[in-house]
Amino acid sequence: MVQLATPKKQSLKRRFLRAFQRDKWLYLIMLLPFVYYVLFCYYPMYGVTLAFKQYKPKLGIIGSPWASNNGMKYVLQVVRDPYFWTVFRNTIILNIENLIITFPAPIILALMLNEVAHARYKRIVQTVTYLPHFLSTVVVVGMMNSMFNSSGIVNQIIASMGMEKINFLNDAQYFRPMYIGSNIWQSVGWDTIIFLSALSGLDMQLYEAAKIDGAGRWKQTLHVTIPGILPTIIIMLILAMGRIMNVSYQKILLMMTGTNQSVSDVISTYVYRRGITKADFSYATAVNLFQSLVSLLFVSVTNWISRRTSETSLW
Amino acid sequence: MKIKEGGVSRTVFQIFNYCFLFLLMLVCLYPLYLQFITSISHGLEVMKGGITLIPRNLTLQTYTTLVRGELFMYMKNTVVYTVVGTLVNLMMSCLCAYPLARRTFSGRKFFTAMVTVTLFFSGGMIPMYLTVRSFGMMDTMWALILPGAISTYNMIIIRTAFQSIPESLIESAQLDGANDVIVLFRIVIPLSKATLATMLLFYSVTHWNSYFDAMLYLNKKELYPLQIMLRNMLIGGLFNEETAIAGVSADSFAVTDATLRSAAIIVTTLPILIVYPFVQRYFVKGVMIGSVKG
Repeated sequence: MVQLATPKKQSLKRRFLRAFQRDKWLYLIMLLPFVYYVLFCYYPMYGVTLAFKQYKPKLGIIGSPWASNNGMKYVLQVVRDPYFWTVFRNTIILNIENLIITFPAPIILALMLNEVAHARYKRIVQTVTYLPHFLSTVVVVGMMNSMFNSSGIVNQIIASMGMEKINFLNDAQYFRPMYIGSNIWQSVGWDTIIFLSALSGLDMQLYEAAKIDGAGRWKQTLHVTIPGILPTIIIMLILAMGRIMNVSYQKILLMMTGTNQSVSDVISTYVYRRGITKADFSYATAVNLFQSLVSLLFVSVTNWISRRTSETSLW
Repeated sequence: MKIKEGGVSRTVFQIFNYCFLFLLMLVCLYPLYLQFITSISHGLEVMKGGITLIPRNLTLQTYTTLVRGELFMYMKNTVVYTVVGTLVNLMMSCLCAYPLARRTFSGRKFFTAMVTVTLFFSGGMIPMYLTVRSFGMMDTMWALILPGAISTYNMIIIRTAFQSIPESLIESAQLDGANDVIVLFRIVIPLSKATLATMLLFYSVTHWNSYFDAMLYLNKKELYPLQIMLRNMLIGGLFNEETAIAGVSADSFAVTDATLRSAAIIVTTLPILIVYPFVQRYFVKGVMIGSVKG
């Protein structure tokens, strides 16, 4: 066996060396990106083990010893922390509500744009509705605060109608609508791009056939257009499900106030506060681990369901 | 291809549709417009309320106050981070995309796998923070630039563009004695200008708009970018802290927290607003290339 294996190994090694020799410039070009991926993607990925370690700044992530309880100390601490379950619940509720409301919006808008006969008007609407996508989170939250605070334009209108002013920014019950509403405002236009390109790829003959069968515009939309873009919708839905746990915490951190924290605090913001502000590194990493697991679960389940029902899937 | 059909209901729908889309445009633009007219109105008028369409008691004092503060320092930082960051992004993405685009590259499978994994898994906030800290990059601009040097999504778009260049062109250059470095910089990059321009826009907008990395990695005020200035103005009534240096007497009320914030929002967004109409179609193109791949 050994005798047989040795020559083969050698030739493999030689083949590799020859390939390396031939492609040496390509390997050279790849060197910097390779170093980048190792240092800033794979090293932090290994850093997830921090959840099972007792972090010692001097020893670094790799050198720190394993935590007590067979490394499970922090994971158990997280599971037993009632506040973790509050933020866990907040994350799930906020994201599911957000997905249900924001996901159909660009599809409806794309269908409406598709009905516009004047190409120029359509283009103007697109240009204008894409714009909010390019504004920074800080700017969006800034504008929202100035419009919805107690002296802002919205409350001025409410007051002028003789109603009581609403504390949109601090009242916990308005946090989710404000968060989701601003998400729609920022992304509805931009997110139509994918659906519009799917719409433009539909076969015109199908419409002709539907018309001959006596289908009106509405029936055509229902039976030709929507089934036509369904694969795109499903792929986008799976992708959205994959992102379901990573809420835009950068925005939430800006919107969070002492009074809405009971609903606005989500896993990522909790990780930020425990990890960065309080330097509880291992604990925060363990909290984050739960988020990754739930995300993975969400993508897998959606992918499984869609493969069963529609033959469209990511893998 | 729209053929006139349907009767009254169709017309009614069309009218509704056009009006709805018009309203939507107003909804998209009005918040920015409101910030603009607030920023050039007199602070006292803003306090009284009722400014909805036309600015009242025009004044530029808000802007001069901002300028006399440390606006230019923040702006300079943002410009430096954006320019250097975007250059690093483009350079690194091209270096990574080229070998992956070459079908004959023996390491192609390995490196493609290595890159793809990062689309689905990441270390998360804390390991990343500790990594940056352990490399001694805290309070340097590299903390904002190196950790995101390659956006794998954008890199894949560039790779797709590189792949569309005929292999024969590259081979003939190599027969003339050009090595891959020369091929990349003399042939492949010049032929992919359109895609690279799109990527330049994507990367630079990201840098211009980001605030969170700066919040994580920078503790020195003189390193803060514009977005952090704006964030700090939002969080507290930062009137005094941000403008005391400018020596403005707060009792004139010409300039208030509200007008200052609006002006800061306008200043922060202005570069994007100016460039946007001209480059919008490139952005859209970028999304299309990305989606064809995905």
